[in-house]
Amino acid sequence: MTSAPTPELAGNGLPDAEATIAALAEKMAIAIAYDAKLVGIYSGGAWLAERLAEILPGEHPVGFIDVSFYRDDYSKKGLRAKVATTTLPFEVGNSRIVLVDDVLYTGRSVRAAINELFDYGRPESIELAVLIDRGGRELPIEATYVGARVAVARDSSVVLQRHLDRRFELSAEPLESAPGA
Amino acid sequence: MRNPQLNGDGELQHLLTLEGLPAPVIDRILDTALPFVSIAERDVKKVPLLRGKTVFNLFFENSTRTRTTFEIAAKRLSADVINLNIGVSSTSKGETLLDTIDNLVAMNADMFVVRHAQSGAAHLIAQHLSATERPHIHVINAGDGRHAHPTQGLLDLFTIRHYKKEFHGLTVAIVGDLLHSRVARSLIHGLTTLGTTEVRVIGPQTLLPAAVESMGVRVFHDMRAGLGGADVVVMLRLQSERMKGALLPSAGEYFKHYGLTVEKLALAKPDAIVMHPGPMNRGVEIDSAVADGAHSVILPQVTFGIAVRMAVMSMLAAN
Repeated sequence: MTSAPTPELAGNGLPDAEATIAALAEKMAIAIAYDAKLVGIYSGGAWLAERLAEILPGEHPVGFIDVSFYRDDYSKKGLRAKVATTTLPFEVGNSRIVLVDDVLYTGRSVRAAINELFDYGRPESIELAVLIDRGGRELPIEATYVGARVAVARDSSVVLQRHLDRRFELSAEPLESAPGA
Repeated sequence: MRNPQLNGDGELQHLLTLEGLPAPVIDRILDTALPFVSIAERDVKKVPLLRGKTVFNLFFENSTRTRTTFEIAAKRLSADVINLNIGVSSTSKGETLLDTIDNLVAMNADMFVVRHAQSGAAHLIAQHLSATERPHIHVINAGDGRHAHPTQGLLDLFTIRHYKKEFHGLTVAIVGDLLHSRVARSLIHGLTTLGTTEVRVIGPQTLLPAAVESMGVRVFHDMRAGLGGADVVVMLRLQSERMKGALLPSAGEYFKHYGLTVEKLALAKPDAIVMHPGPMNRGVEIDSAVADGAHSVILPQVTFGIAVRMAVMSMLAAN
């Protein structure tokens, strides 16, 4: 991993989203495979994957994954009200995949996403790109590319928002019930 | 009285009937079914939601298609499925319905899918489970007597929404033997709950329930008048045994008046869809040219039925 400068922190203790995306893209641009396919995890990671595909050099097809059917807290929390449809408009088998998510926390969403990907085929490789790594892992999962590492109180969650003008913003919100990442 | 299908938090506990089921719950089921449709197109047609759960298909009445689609739905959710054809098992030795249930609960059943000739059978099981404080066991009504067939109603609603986007502004015509049809009853309840502009029923007096108007539908005995301007035409199966009770003169006569032909379908909207819950009687209620024609969505109904049943099972199992 390269050591690009960490973006300045905004008033809420979180870095500026746009600058962090630029930092993440810079790290990915020099390292990802020319034919890498980006798979964003709904919803924040999906927006992020779309944006990264625009700014990364070369052509990187984008897919989206909703991990609701693979979450390990289904028996406790049930299905979310709105489950999106996983859309992978390319062969997963033999592809080089970069999973994209907004926030890496416990690692459980990533575990679920990897499981789901394998039900589409056997990828050549899977890497992980995240905008924010907030620590607190409960599984042995690490990101290949990180926009910024941030310390966040356990009882708050980091949320990526996309405004109508497509500008991104990071905010900290009280945790609903359990970690979403 | 509390709706026996919903738990204290207003979440779906059992699926027994669409009657009285609030619109947000129906919408939620239809929304949840959508992402399940694409699972059938993958390499591995399975998700792990019901891994380790045991689903019993209790069919006291024959139905190959409904039983199969429930079995596929449960298996695609990774559940273990046990099919019991009760007609030829314990009850014929004198065991009561609830004793059968208690025995299967002792085998750690998590969900019952029940088809029974008696109206109210699934309700009875749900009440029994609640009275004996076993709220973690769920019941899905897969058709009870003439009463209800909620998953068929839901898959019909899903199909209509898929092709027509919304219910407001739609005219839906249901044609045929409504008297004996639990499918029609469930669909009518669902359509009216979701705000369908006009629901019509078309059939001979002898095959319409006595107070069918009270369900909020317009009644037609003349099929040509009833089909005029319809967006959706739902044909019902004419069960041949109905011919015996002097309800109808003959299959040929029925087809002449109430069979759907290309010529009659032309009276509906140009983009009308034609549905049928199956199994079809070609040449009795529907002409082959229509069943296999461009307006027919009869086979997509079957595909959507699996996704809808997966949605219902996965919503129940978590509550």
